[in-house]
Amino acid sequence: MRKDGIARKLIGYALAIVFILAGWQVTAMLVDNAALPGPAEAFPMVVQYAGDLWPAFLVSLYRVVAAMLIGTVLAIPLGLACGRSPRVDAVFAPVLYFLYPLPKVVLLPVLIVLMGLADAPKITLIAITIFFQVLVTVRDAAQSVPEQAVMSMRSLGAGRLDVYRHVIVPATLPELFTALRISSGTAVAILFFAESLAGSTGLGYFIVDAWALLAYPKMFAGIIAMALLGVILYEFFDIAERRLTKWRRVG
Amino acid sequence: MTSASTPTVPKLSLEGVSQVYDGARGKTQALGPMSLEVAPRESVAILGPSGCGKSTSLLIACGLLKPTQGAALVDGAVVTRPRLETGLILQDFGLMPWKTVEQNAGLGLQVRRVSKRERRERVADALARVGLSDFAKAYPAELSGGMRQRLAMARALACDIDLLLMDEPLSALDALLREEMQNMLKRTWRESGYAQVLVTHSIEEAVFLGQRVVVMTPRPGRIAFTLYNSEMCADDWRDDPLFFERCRQLREVLRGSAAGEGTDASAESGASDFANASDAPGTSAACSEEVCHA
Repeated sequence: MRKDGIARKLIGYALAIVFILAGWQVTAMLVDNAALPGPAEAFPMVVQYAGDLWPAFLVSLYRVVAAMLIGTVLAIPLGLACGRSPRVDAVFAPVLYFLYPLPKVVLLPVLIVLMGLADAPKITLIAITIFFQVLVTVRDAAQSVPEQAVMSMRSLGAGRLDVYRHVIVPATLPELFTALRISSGTAVAILFFAESLAGSTGLGYFIVDAWALLAYPKMFAGIIAMALLGVILYEFFDIAERRLTKWRRVG
Repeated sequence: MTSASTPTVPKLSLEGVSQVYDGARGKTQALGPMSLEVAPRESVAILGPSGCGKSTSLLIACGLLKPTQGAALVDGAVVTRPRLETGLILQDFGLMPWKTVEQNAGLGLQVRRVSKRERRERVADALARVGLSDFAKAYPAELSGGMRQRLAMARALACDIDLLLMDEPLSALDALLREEMQNMLKRTWRESGYAQVLVTHSIEEAVFLGQRVVVMTPRPGRIAFTLYNSEMCADDWRDDPLFFERCRQLREVLRGSAAGEGTDASAESGASDFANASDAPGTSAACSEEVCHA
């Protein structure tokens, strides 16, 4: 039965890919412009520019992973604290209320002035965005943990840390992963914005540089690489969620 | 194990406990003052309308809630924090969906840092006693309602409890399953020799499981009536005419207390054999020893 399920899933993915490629090809033929090559032309370009693409891909991957890691690691403890302690929440909730809706990308010029053109402003900008998304999600999830579960745990003699370890953290994991999956798309988008605006490394620069030179095939190779970066991140969080929240797919 | 628990020292005693909540509309007296003694191995059912503080009294008894006044004592010592040997089973069983059956059953031992090996043994033993050995690796979502109930029981048993507090543990189950689970609760109690306090709003459940049934008044909850019910250990008690008589009697009392009567009458039941059983816990303990426990 399990094998059957995997086979069905693979077939589903294959069909989706065929569908997307077909749609892409048809659109490219209709548009008929060098800026939008069809898949038949685009994929050979990725191979052709692989030598230039690979280092740019690695730089971008490093930036987005480092930023998501920093943002998440900082946000989880604060989110849990806000969610479980009304006193902590009373301090941070008003701050969050004003800062959460603020589009963090507008801070990029400030960060560039303060930190220069290298990795730091890009990582910081993405980390700030991820931080708020994860913080709000974790806080809300921690708030809605059923009180009976906490009571039961405490009646067994669990201390504060045990309650977090056995109840609060596992209960918030599903929401955390949903937030991370959604944030990974945002993170890649901000990465493109930051890399295209400042510095001379990474996929964002690669794409914009090719664009300026009217090297459309090269530009498109960069776009595919950036899309791949997004897919990899998304899949990573999807697989991690499956592994860590197995209990949700039983019964 | 607990050598201090001679019959003269109650397993649990609530001494004039009361609970006052500070709410938006001022202070609300939710419970008491209420006094109750439960002897070792005794089974007491607490019956009362919703919101009378039944659950609050259990939280106080297991050390999760500090009473505004009065104190809860276990084995003569004031309860200030949860103890391993006091089991608490709540309405939703308090199982962790992200932990397997055996992890759930061993949770109490784990937070008390009991070694992995001992934990495995005690959990296996507890699961065997409730008939869940084959489901050790399953998750709660894969279990039926009755099995979840038994898992909650296994978690308490693994802790080697001497006092079990239950807050409407069966109210989420359908009628037939309820009866089956009531049988299971009674059997386990008789085999294991812990004292138990069952909070319920079902008269039948109280009469089936309680050697003593305590009726509480509406908020603030106080004990309005005590029914001595030692015959509950008889076989086929559910079909016994006396069982129906007791249920009828309690129904009348509850009706009266809902109408605001008899709120302060700590009356004893008219059951002739046990009318002379005083509130002294020793009496009912001796009874439970003779009649109920092997």
